[in-house]
Amino acid sequence: MSSRLPRTLPDLDRRNLAWFVDKGMQVFMFVGGISAIVLIIGIFVFITKEGLPFITGSMDFAEFFTSPNWRPTSEENPTYGALALIAGTASVTGLAMLVAVPFSLGAAIFIAEFATGRTRETLKILVEMLAAIPSVVWGFIGLSLMNPLIIDTFDVPVGLNILNAGIILGLMAAPIMTTIAEDALKAVPDTYREAAEAMGATRWQIVWRVVLPASRNGLVAAVLLGVGRGFGETMAVLMASGHSINMPGGIFDSVRAVTATIAAELGETVQGSDHYRALFTLGMLLFLVTFVINLTADLVVRGIRKK
Amino acid sequence: MTRNIVVKVLCVALLGLLAACGSKRGDRTLIQNKGSDTLVNVAQAWAEAYAKKKPGVAVAVTGGGSGTGIAALINGTVDIANASRKMKQKEIDLAKSKGIEPKEWVVGYDALAVYIHKDNPKNQYTLKELADIYGDGGPTTSWNDLGVKIPGCGSAEIVRFSRQNNSGTYAYFRKTVLGKGDFKLGSMDLHGSKDVVDAVEKTPCAIGYSGLAYATEHVQLADVARDANGPYVTPTVNSAVDGSYPIARPLLMYTNGEPTGATKEYLDWILSAEGQAIIKRKGYAPVK
Repeated sequence: MSSRLPRTLPDLDRRNLAWFVDKGMQVFMFVGGISAIVLIIGIFVFITKEGLPFITGSMDFAEFFTSPNWRPTSEENPTYGALALIAGTASVTGLAMLVAVPFSLGAAIFIAEFATGRTRETLKILVEMLAAIPSVVWGFIGLSLMNPLIIDTFDVPVGLNILNAGIILGLMAAPIMTTIAEDALKAVPDTYREAAEAMGATRWQIVWRVVLPASRNGLVAAVLLGVGRGFGETMAVLMASGHSINMPGGIFDSVRAVTATIAAELGETVQGSDHYRALFTLGMLLFLVTFVINLTADLVVRGIRKK
Repeated sequence: MTRNIVVKVLCVALLGLLAACGSKRGDRTLIQNKGSDTLVNVAQAWAEAYAKKKPGVAVAVTGGGSGTGIAALINGTVDIANASRKMKQKEIDLAKSKGIEPKEWVVGYDALAVYIHKDNPKNQYTLKELADIYGDGGPTTSWNDLGVKIPGCGSAEIVRFSRQNNSGTYAYFRKTVLGKGDFKLGSMDLHGSKDVVDAVEKTPCAIGYSGLAYATEHVQLADVARDANGPYVTPTVNSAVDGSYPIARPLLMYTNGEPTGATKEYLDWILSAEGQAIIKRKGYAPVK
């Protein structure tokens, strides 16, 4: 018995507190690391499980994608046409990008290339603070500030429309786009700028001819992430867009977004009904679109790294 | 040093909070009450008055729409569902398939008022005119079609405010005004009774419908007639009770089967003179 003890002692000796902490932390970090993957797969499986019976059952594909008639609670003849909802989301996101792209790229170029010292630090902090404003607060701004403003300025009957939601969404997407675009600009090596300067280029020529082309992929990724943000935003769009089923014909038309429809109706449907499943089908659509957008953005960013 | 003190204070506060929660949960009965936005104000008033009368019973009231309440009853998550429309046969069948036996209680009556901007000169509508404005295929889209000129409404477009499609108000208005028809698409589907009144107040071109109890002095209530010959009736508590106002409806509560214990006592109290006085004070018509 006593002769065996010395053989096992060195093994035991290694398993001190530090060893356990090390192992424990390894497991903890591993769980943290794969949790994103597990969660995203879990969410996808859940959404698909709830939505699939509708897709394989009573869904009419042609109606879903080509009809604007979203009447899920009709007594006589419920119809599930999502075209107006998709067009609503697309039009609001499109206008939001028109607002956000010039603003955020301008801000990113200014912060990365022109501003120095304290101005630059202050601006960076302010842009990040802008990203922290809750979306319901943006919605309030759309509802109570922009609505009367649009009515008065353009003499239209209601101010809850594409213009309102687009501006609000553009301002919401701008900070994240600015931050990512600025990172992309900063990733361009200073040697490029120095070379251009040595050849007598002005600062604008450096930005336009050298820095922007060199950081193109990163900027595209920034815009795509902004689009993803716009697509997925719910509360602000629900409040500012008018929540009205309409095929948009102009920026003063009220529309309804896919996300807003899910938010407004899901809490009130009976689990397992066609309406409930149709809303999950809309969720699958959103999930796929944002997934493709984010994947594209990711691939584009990888594109720069490989070069 | 200061950090230490802060941590200690937080710990003590947390412990105190836990103790407080624990003791409360022990000796209080909780009644979950959810549903109609039309009823949510009066349900809240009932709950508050009842809490004073019976401190041992807490009634948790949530709104969200009749559909929400009925769905919650079917899913078995509430004791009482509030509804401003009757349960559909489909919903009753679904409830029964899940072992829930919905029992209906009429707790009051509500006039569904048609709201228009205070500058709108046309304050009398027949049901047919409303159907032409709101119904799918209805020809009226402009105030010019009705020969109405509203100051501040340059385009003369009728801006229709409606409710989200699971609202009891939405379902009742559709049934009473549009019959078997559907709503015309393109209305602003707002998410609460009060929102409709607020929106109409701020929009000169607007027309909207909402419970009478949400009326304010900043909007106009339209008189409604069954047909062109019939009398135009102003929505009031009295015209809702005597049936002369065409768009009045019962306000309902649903329980799972015959209620027992605290839920039964609560419903009995709501239907008593004391409970009915509260619903009348909130602008609805009492049952008796």
